[in-house]
Amino acid sequence: MFCINTLMVRNRWLAPCVLGLLFLFSIAVQRFELLDPYVQLILIYVGINIILTASLNLVNGYMGEFSVGHAGFMAVGAYTASLMTVRLLPPQMAGLSFPIAVICGGFVAAVVGLVVAFPSFKTRGDYLAIVTLSFGMIVKSVIENINAIGGPRGFLGMEKLTTLPWVFVWTVLSVWVIRNLVYSKFGRGVLSIREDEIASNLMGVDTRHVKVLAFVVSSFFAGVAGALYAHVLQFITPRAFDIIKSTDILIMVYLGGIGSLAGSIIGATVYTVLLEVLRPMGVWRMVFMPLVLVLLMLYRPKGIMGLKEFPWFVPIRDLLAVRSWREKKQATR
Amino acid sequence: MSILAIQGLTHKFGGLTAVSDLNLTLNAHELVGVIGPNGAGKTTVFNIISGVYRPSRGSILLEGVELVGKSPSQITNLGIARTFQNIRLFRELSVLDNVRIAHYGQVRYNALEALFHVGRFKKEEARIIEHSMELLALLRIDAAADVQAKNLPYGLQRRVEIARALATRPRLLLLDEPAAGMNPNEIDQLMDLIHWIRDEFNLTTLLIEHQMALVMSICERLLVLDFGETIAEGRPEEIQSDQRVLEAYLGDTVT
Repeated sequence: MFCINTLMVRNRWLAPCVLGLLFLFSIAVQRFELLDPYVQLILIYVGINIILTASLNLVNGYMGEFSVGHAGFMAVGAYTASLMTVRLLPPQMAGLSFPIAVICGGFVAAVVGLVVAFPSFKTRGDYLAIVTLSFGMIVKSVIENINAIGGPRGFLGMEKLTTLPWVFVWTVLSVWVIRNLVYSKFGRGVLSIREDEIASNLMGVDTRHVKVLAFVVSSFFAGVAGALYAHVLQFITPRAFDIIKSTDILIMVYLGGIGSLAGSIIGATVYTVLLEVLRPMGVWRMVFMPLVLVLLMLYRPKGIMGLKEFPWFVPIRDLLAVRSWREKKQATR
Repeated sequence: MSILAIQGLTHKFGGLTAVSDLNLTLNAHELVGVIGPNGAGKTTVFNIISGVYRPSRGSILLEGVELVGKSPSQITNLGIARTFQNIRLFRELSVLDNVRIAHYGQVRYNALEALFHVGRFKKEEARIIEHSMELLALLRIDAAADVQAKNLPYGLQRRVEIARALATRPRLLLLDEPAAGMNPNEIDQLMDLIHWIRDEFNLTTLLIEHQMALVMSICERLLVLDFGETIAEGRPEEIQSDQRVLEAYLGDTVT
């Protein structure tokens, strides 16, 4: 373990290299059909779920609040992006219009997140759960009642624009940005809110501002994930984004571990793959999966990674802060 | 020159008057103690000054700036820092992170720079780490910088709390029973520390304390509260022989 740790601390250049190679690989897979389309599809779902899990972890894990409306923001992103690619943007420029649509999906979800965050963070604790729960229901019934976007029948006509390389890029980008936020003054503010909100406020942290920021960033990436999801399914209905979907994301967060990006990646991957692997079990997998969760909560209540982080995800400045300060002191003495 | 001026401060919890008509002026660089029996309203006064409670009546001026109505974080960033009676560190976080969090108001970069780690971000982060470590070194707890706060012994946790309060660059430091739960040896060290940080950081200090030995020896002036009322104010030796103070602490004397 020590050897792995030093490898990760000393050889930081490895991380971008590995990511670059994986990206090239994902392009190759798509171009030359290196993997079974079914396996590719699962990998795409893994990526989307990593984005969802990491972004929800920011609010539920790092900040210690309890949001249960993540699928609602996903729906906003999914419908926004789909409307853009199908109705607004010219279809012959799919290569360019798709990223624009995804970003717009994220932005609209972020704006909706801002609207939800302002009133709900005036109160504390459980209220956020109630507000986000009702938010999820509102989104669903609003979409169901707008006939122009298909109402309860759903919306279709999207091309299958979500490919493995795109999902890879968006997943890396999401995890990177969330990690950047976590290792900044705002991220430390988020952690201090989880630890002791009153003390945090008294140490000069503008807790209102920090909460809203974390929530908006979280909604943005939920919207991005929704946009990607819509363009792989090519058919979305309001029912796809109900409380069950939100619960799925919650499960992945707590399975992987709160307050850990490595945990979110592991949680999303394990859950998604396991559900597929267990498909032959039929209905029984719906018995098996909750059982796994119950056991996990009993023996590892903080999840697989539980507040621990993989050294590669921690900026080198933070990882070596104390050590390099001591070395500098020693040198000047 | 007065740094803090409290006038007519009254706070009621429902029908209970926790603080009644408190007046207090702190001069720059003074070390003033607030004493009184349990439930006298000492911590309530701290909570009002630091903005946790909004007083029913009265005004608090910090160098002429009205504090009543401001949020705790605004008040902290104006220059008032505090510690807590029952230690409130961020327990799961490292000592360094505890101190870094308290730099929040001094870090100059915006959310976008933070999301992409660009612009002023790198320079500011390096500065905050440097400043935090220097502060920990000054308080001789730099060896524990990597340790989770909850794993430190009690006396050191108190020190970290003081370091964290100092990280907000206060002009006025509020210490809420810093000696609670300490043995006589630790209390001696603490007295030296309080004196030393006051001179080192050029602070005005307001101290709540139960340990009579501590307040009597280091405070220049004392304020005695009982049931929210100010029953005495003056130099420690005056307070020691004050009849009302003795009554408040020991009950009625038979004459």
